Amino acid sequence: MAGSMDQQTPDTQPRPVVTVLDSTHRAEADVRIAMYREALRIRLVEDEIVARYGEQEMRCPTHMCIGQEAPPVGVSAHLQPQDYVFSAHRSHGHYLAKGGDLKAMIAELYGRATGCASGKGGSQHLIDMDAGFLGSAPILASTISVGVGAAWAARRRGEDRVVAIYFGDGATEEGAFHEALNFAGVNRLPVVFVCENNLYSVHSQLDMRQPAHRTVKEIGPVHGVEALSGDGNDIDEVWRLGRYAVERARSGANPVLLEFFTYRWKEHCGPLEDGHLGYRSEEEIESWRKRCPVTTYAQRLSEEQVLGDEAAQAMRAEIDAEVAQAFEFAKSSPFPELAELDRDVFPGRGAI
Amino acid sequence: MGERVITYGEALREGQAECLRADPDTYLIGLGVPGPTGIFGTTKGLVDEFGPDRVLDMPSSEGGMSGIALGTSICGLRPIIVHMRVDFAVLSMETLVNQAAKWHYMYGGKMRAPLTVRMIIGRGWGQGPQHSQSLQAWFAHVPGLKVVMPATAKDAKGMLISAVEDDAPVILFEHRWLYGVTGEVDEGYTKEPLDGARVLRTGRDVTLAGYSYMALESLRAAQLLEQVGVDAEVIDLRSLTPIDTATLGASVGKTGHFVVSDTGHAAYGAVSEVASAVVERNFADLKRAPVRIGLPDVPTPTTPALADHFYPGPREIAQQVLDLLGSDRQLPPEAEDPRPWKDVPDMSFTGPY
Ligand SMILES: Cc1ncc(C[n+]2csc(CCOP(=O)(O)OP(=O)(O)O)c2C)c(N)n1
Ligand SMILES: [Mg+2]
Repeated sequence: MAGSMDQQTPDTQPRPVVTVLDSTHRAEADVRIAMYREALRIRLVEDEIVARYGEQEMRCPTHMCIGQEAPPVGVSAHLQPQDYVFSAHRSHGHYLAKGGDLKAMIAELYGRATGCASGKGGSQHLIDMDAGFLGSAPILASTISVGVGAAWAARRRGEDRVVAIYFGDGATEEGAFHEALNFAGVNRLPVVFVCENNLYSVHSQLDMRQPAHRTVKEIGPVHGVEALSGDGNDIDEVWRLGRYAVERARSGANPVLLEFFTYRWKEHCGPLEDGHLGYRSEEEIESWRKRCPVTTYAQRLSEEQVLGDEAAQAMRAEIDAEVAQAFEFAKSSPFPELAELDRDVFPGRGAI
Repeated sequence: MGERVITYGEALREGQAECLRADPDTYLIGLGVPGPTGIFGTTKGLVDEFGPDRVLDMPSSEGGMSGIALGTSICGLRPIIVHMRVDFAVLSMETLVNQAAKWHYMYGGKMRAPLTVRMIIGRGWGQGPQHSQSLQAWFAHVPGLKVVMPATAKDAKGMLISAVEDDAPVILFEHRWLYGVTGEVDEGYTKEPLDGARVLRTGRDVTLAGYSYMALESLRAAQLLEQVGVDAEVIDLRSLTPIDTATLGASVGKTGHFVVSDTGHAAYGAVSEVASAVVERNFADLKRAPVRIGLPDVPTPTTPALADHFYPGPREIAQQVLDLLGSDRQLPPEAEDPRPWKDVPDMSFTGPY
């Protein structure tokens, strides 16, 4: 790896990014296999939610991340257990890639007592403190500043901790995004801002919402936040940019904003397709499906003889079993008892 | 000509169309307003008739966009701004509370801010802590803001039109579960007053007053009570600012018992203000202390197992009435409910929304 990425002391100069980001650089084979496994796992979990949502037992707004698996996988590959992740409404992949408990997530969608938020949050409010997934909340951009606060706390307490914050292109239109970037930039906080730019905010196209020829990436530097963008459907590319960003943040050099171009396959909220709505063309959807982050990566790993067919099949079978178990666990878990309604409004105020 | 019956959601759409048609300075803006699903259908297709200059989408910038809308309103335009959830409108508090509410007064009556804000209250299918709040009392607390809650299709259209005509900032709180409710609505530019309560049902034993969806739940409670021999009067409160104490006073003067319900939290909520107003004015008429019905002091839980116990409904209201009257009559057994959970208004909702 280029030596400039190994520097230990905070650097006050913005550095030319191209020289440290060799586009041919790849992770070790075992890391690539692990990333593929995680991407596939996220996909299979989402597929199962899609398959079962119509049973009307997951009674909460649920935003699928199918098509957007690469960013969480490639970024989380560089995160340590003590690092934190924050997310918004489309958070399943972010939660899982950081090591969030799958069973507790599915149980949360089913509204059960065993859910990661005791059923009180649902899909939009995932949490796993042990995994360092500090929370997701659907009010746009809200968790961006909260995540910056977490990074500031780490700095003040002298903790080695990077905070990765995920959000969509729409969230960057909120004032809170700009305010959070500014503060992180002023204070050189250990934050990696990860924008998953999927071109839409619900049904609204980017060009109505943001100036043409101005990418999200360009917002970073004016706030003192170094910024890079890349193919958000390419796990290797996300890994490369993620590595650079996490190291810059961890070393105390500066926060980094990563903009990844990717695409949501399903409707904005829910399990269905939405081509019939007409706000995006079937051709566009199809062109992105062809660039599926999971299958294209499988293909590449196969071509490069990193992962053989047999190993891939065994991996899939393992994940299938894990997913089936998680749904079984969720469906056989009890609903919260009525006393839970009043519990935890304030810390220490327990109903029992 | 026979009466024309349409849904509350269609009535809102008609109201906006009438305003856009009547005044070229009126425009409609909000996230997804011209989009294919059009704010649960309430703005659907309006862009086709009025064009993208007057029916607008916007960036996800509730705070800034509210200020921008305010800026246009003081310069002659009449914006209608839509928030799909009250919870998102919270990001525009500064503009509404510090600025819009005060500009007429603070500048000695020179400035006018004819802003109409539609805020939609979510409920059900796990809308949970951040997609279901009913914060009308916050806004009603601020002098200079008019806060109304239409409960019927006729009012949805008529009050919206009046709001746009009004030179003050007016906030309409629309409960999502009213959108499918039907009622008689006249065609054309039909106004309904922004103030004044309305008697929906006359009765002599108890007064049930309610805002928005809770006015309908109060009517349903009255039907239950009728079966156990209690004759309830039901009042649709319609407006938080001002509270129609005259209509309430006349009713309580007759019944001596008062129960008030709202879609928000009871504590520091609209029900508290209404109950105080009734006590102040009709203390001598009241045979017992008034009863306030609203949401308990906890955030909205997502799981239906808890949400089903979070929202008071007709049975809870009716039982409170029996307790208030000291009656030991039993309510009729609950009718068979086809819904697996009470988190949908009817079986046509299959989530998510
Ligand atoms: C403050 C606020 N306004 C509006 C919404 C409604 N909303 C939920 S998700 C969403 C789209 C956000 O788009 P983006 O940030 O690009 O994320 P994506 O859904 O594309 O992943 C909107 C407008 C919200 N949750 N919060
Ligand atoms: Mg987006």
